[in-house]
Amino acid sequence: MKNRAIALYSALGFGYAFLYLPIVLLVIYSFNASRLVTVWGGVSTKWYGELLADEKILDAAWLSLKVAVLNATISTFLGTLAAVVLVRFRRFAGRTLFTGMITAPLVMPEIITGLAMLLLFVAMEQTFGWPAGRSMTTIVIAHVTFSLSFVTVVVQSRLAQMDVSLEEAAMDLGARPVKVFLVITLPIIAPALLAGWLLSFTLSIDDVVISSFVTGPGSTTLPIVIFSKVRLGVSPEINALASIVVAIVSIGILIFGIIVQRQEAERVRSLKTASDRG
Amino acid sequence: MAPPSVKQHVFAPWNDPDAKPLIRIEGVSKSFGDFSAVNKVDLDIYPGEFFSLLGASGCGKTTLLRMLAGFEIPSEGSISIDGVDMTDIPPYERPVNMMFQSYALFPHMTVEQNVAFGLKQDRMPKARIAERVKAVLDLVQMSSLAARKPQQLSGGQRQRVALARCLAKEPKVLLLDEPLAALDKKLREQTQLELVNIQDRVGITFVMVTHDQEEAMTMSARIGVMNAGSIEQVGTPVEIYEYPATTFVADFIGTANMFDGVVALDEQSHTVVDCQELDARLVVGHSSGVAVGAPVTVMVRPEKMMVQREPPEERVNCAHGVVSDIAYLGDISIYHVRLASGRKVQVALTNLRHTSEQRLTWDDEVYLTWHPANSLVLVQ
Amino acid sequence: MTNGLPLRPPHPQAPKMRASGGLRAFSRRWGRALVGLPPYAWLALFFLIPFLIVLKISFSETQAAVPPYQPLIGWAEDAVLQIRLNLGNYRYLFEDELYFDAYLNSLKIAGLSTLCCLLIGYPMAYAIARAPRTIRTPLLMLVVLPFWTSFLIRVYAWMGILKNEGLLNAFLLWTGLIDQPLQMLETDFAVYVGIVYSYLPFMVLPLYATLEKMDLSLLEAAADLGCRPFRAFRSVTLPLSIPGMIAGSMLVFIPAVGEFVIPDLLGGPDTLMIGRVLWSEFFDNRDWPVASAVAVAMLVLLVAPIMIFQHTQNKSGETS
Ligand SMILES: Nc1ncnc2c1ncn2[C@@H]1O[C@H](COP(=O)(O)OP(=O)(O)OP(=O)(O)O)[C@@H](O)[C@H]1O
Ligand SMILES: [Mg+2]
Repeated sequence: MKNRAIALYSALGFGYAFLYLPIVLLVIYSFNASRLVTVWGGVSTKWYGELLADEKILDAAWLSLKVAVLNATISTFLGTLAAVVLVRFRRFAGRTLFTGMITAPLVMPEIITGLAMLLLFVAMEQTFGWPAGRSMTTIVIAHVTFSLSFVTVVVQSRLAQMDVSLEEAAMDLGARPVKVFLVITLPIIAPALLAGWLLSFTLSIDDVVISSFVTGPGSTTLPIVIFSKVRLGVSPEINALASIVVAIVSIGILIFGIIVQRQEAERVRSLKTASDRG
Repeated sequence: MAPPSVKQHVFAPWNDPDAKPLIRIEGVSKSFGDFSAVNKVDLDIYPGEFFSLLGASGCGKTTLLRMLAGFEIPSEGSISIDGVDMTDIPPYERPVNMMFQSYALFPHMTVEQNVAFGLKQDRMPKARIAERVKAVLDLVQMSSLAARKPQQLSGGQRQRVALARCLAKEPKVLLLDEPLAALDKKLREQTQLELVNIQDRVGITFVMVTHDQEEAMTMSARIGVMNAGSIEQVGTPVEIYEYPATTFVADFIGTANMFDGVVALDEQSHTVVDCQELDARLVVGHSSGVAVGAPVTVMVRPEKMMVQREPPEERVNCAHGVVSDIAYLGDISIYHVRLASGRKVQVALTNLRHTSEQRLTWDDEVYLTWHPANSLVLVQ
Repeated sequence: MTNGLPLRPPHPQAPKMRASGGLRAFSRRWGRALVGLPPYAWLALFFLIPFLIVLKISFSETQAAVPPYQPLIGWAEDAVLQIRLNLGNYRYLFEDELYFDAYLNSLKIAGLSTLCCLLIGYPMAYAIARAPRTIRTPLLMLVVLPFWTSFLIRVYAWMGILKNEGLLNAFLLWTGLIDQPLQMLETDFAVYVGIVYSYLPFMVLPLYATLEKMDLSLLEAAADLGCRPFRAFRSVTLPLSIPGMIAGSMLVFIPAVGEFVIPDLLGGPDTLMIGRVLWSEFFDNRDWPVASAVAVAMLVLLVAPIMIFQHTQNKSGETS
């Protein structure tokens, strides 16, 4: 019994080391004054300085941010609608096709999606004259297409857990379906919407393959810049950039964790008062 | 045949041919796929009535209630409330409110907001909403906790809030789906009376679903006993206990000793049934309305049986057996008497004295008798 | 009725039959259509139709123009609709060994990586699922966290580690295990490491979900019947966790087959994978029809795994 636990936990420890060591090393070496990876040239922040002076990277980062926010917002909207359809409408024409179109993008190799999207845009431009060329618009459309499925899955599971009688009670008290959704359902599934938003934001700001297909001149996203640099080899500037990303993500997660913990504490406290009264 | 001599309640609109029902359910059926959950139900419920739907789990009580609320559309038949056909009326336009078994309190709203929710939908002015919320919260004694969220309430408190939320809208009908099922026994008994009191004060028609027969008997003016999607009998608690219409109702409500036999004689004032199992004639104090020779069941409640050690003079309304089990319940004792056929009959005797030399014990040979007026013929 | 209870007067009207619920169901259907239409239309337009276009272009011929392919449907001289189906692209895929090797290699790399993920991920998922309830969520979060940092950056991190002058070689040289730097970057090995590293969370999550749901009393029952822990694991836990294993494997295998970034950054010039082939056909050779044919062929390869994935997905959707 004891041995088994030790074996299990060491497997876990090994797994975590595997997951985190590369990131930690990357962050450490971003402060390396030397350009060479293996040579430790002392602590320095000069790569950060260089990074912040790099106009191209900053522009790309700004574009990526805009694309990610737009994408996350549109995907959350569409994904939530899709989740409502899947959970609340039991039977409708074309349900199989619909579920297929929701689950397929979850696993579809990006390179196929990217190619297919580009060919669509080209064909559309030929036929309708829209979208004229590839730009931020095409990137956003492509990103929404694959991230909306992820939002759907996240919201779907929350919605399925939600007690249907809450919605029925609201309707019983005189609220029309749309109102019920806005006033009852939405606040209750809000955490899932937030999670979906963050997830699609991350997917978008991280995507290189699909963006490479549907991007046009003048709309280079951050991952495309990073990718083209990295293809040429390890670069300390990218180390610095990576560290910044890791820092932002860590801070975000820390804040998220604190909020969750507070809510949990609140919940426990309120349960206590309830049992005191009960 | 003569109606049973049940004492007339003051409130009995169902006996008044001129009374107009508030809810009229006509030939309502509901099937899910090829499973029929509710089957051709006809039912009238009168204004101000406390009506209970009683039945075993899965018999379709909730489904019937949900059709009244508008969450399910009947596959067949029609429902009208206050003379208005409800078929095409969605839940949010029906003059009924439902109290859910899970209470369905909105977790992101305070008690006050929960209660005000329905009134807001009616676009009532703010000041009137506040007034009304206060009034109903006072009614259920929850005013002091108005600012709490549902998670911060105990089960009993949640139940009150759910009730207040429905009452706030002053519906014509209040539907309650097992409103007390989540409460512990003590609280449940206390709340039963409270609920009846509240119903009395607000004068709203209550339709309650329950599978607890004691609860139904305590609270309701009338009870509809359901079995496998159909209503077997509708009547006051006294009627369904004393005069069950079918063997199912007899068995479901309380305990029933039932003896099969054939009709030997059917008169205006009594029926005589030959019972092979008891090797006796059973005289029942009312007409059965069936032909001589027809198979029937005679039902006798345990508390209506008398026990004696000596054989009676005539083998009429009499069973003979051996005490095989005794359950001492404090106020009464239940004796299980095994007949010659091997079947067990239950007899309930009040424990009048602390101890008694006369008290029956295991393996005592006894004769059970009963009065013709205390038994009932049920046609299979 | 055998006793004297008053019978209800029979109702005058016969019960009405209802086919579909009348006006209300009608308006409800329209409301539903309004909700379902935006995502449905979006996916049909931007997900379904593109695949049909890919299919179409895979049958057309390359031409030096914009766009660089010939229309499939044209008008012949005497206004006869003419459809030119060109199977040449597919023939080309079969004739050139490069493509076939790339397919086989993709399958091999994806398959072996999936296996590695399973071997590393299963003990992790099992350990988390059996950890005290309070720390399960944090432990699981730790698995998911790296996913929130950039995928590209995580792959890139391995470049610095696996390089000839990289950290791993430096470490091995320092320990004296080797005296020559090992060539690790630009090999298949690096690709395996990269895929396993990037996709491990996708294996752990569904595995954890099934293991956590599993009724521990089943194991107790097994132990009660005299089953030793390992036997109990093999005959109870393992079979019951198969759905999680399938879902996780599909989540790793399918994207891994089409992976482009990892082999491009970590693999050598001879690490052939279809994703890379497609990329170079498209971007370097500008041969859209052949790239489309490669995509179609890849899809054909992935149809079975995707169907399996959808099946498990639907099943778990129904039970939850
Ligand atoms: N939406 C539905 N789809 C299919 N079957 C259903 C549905 N709702 C109810 N049923 C079935 O109809 C039957 C009656 O259900 P109902 O909920 O009315 O029972 P009930 O009398 O309220 O039981 P309980 O006392 O357990 O609440 C059950 O067998 C149930 O499985
Ligand atoms: Mg029920």
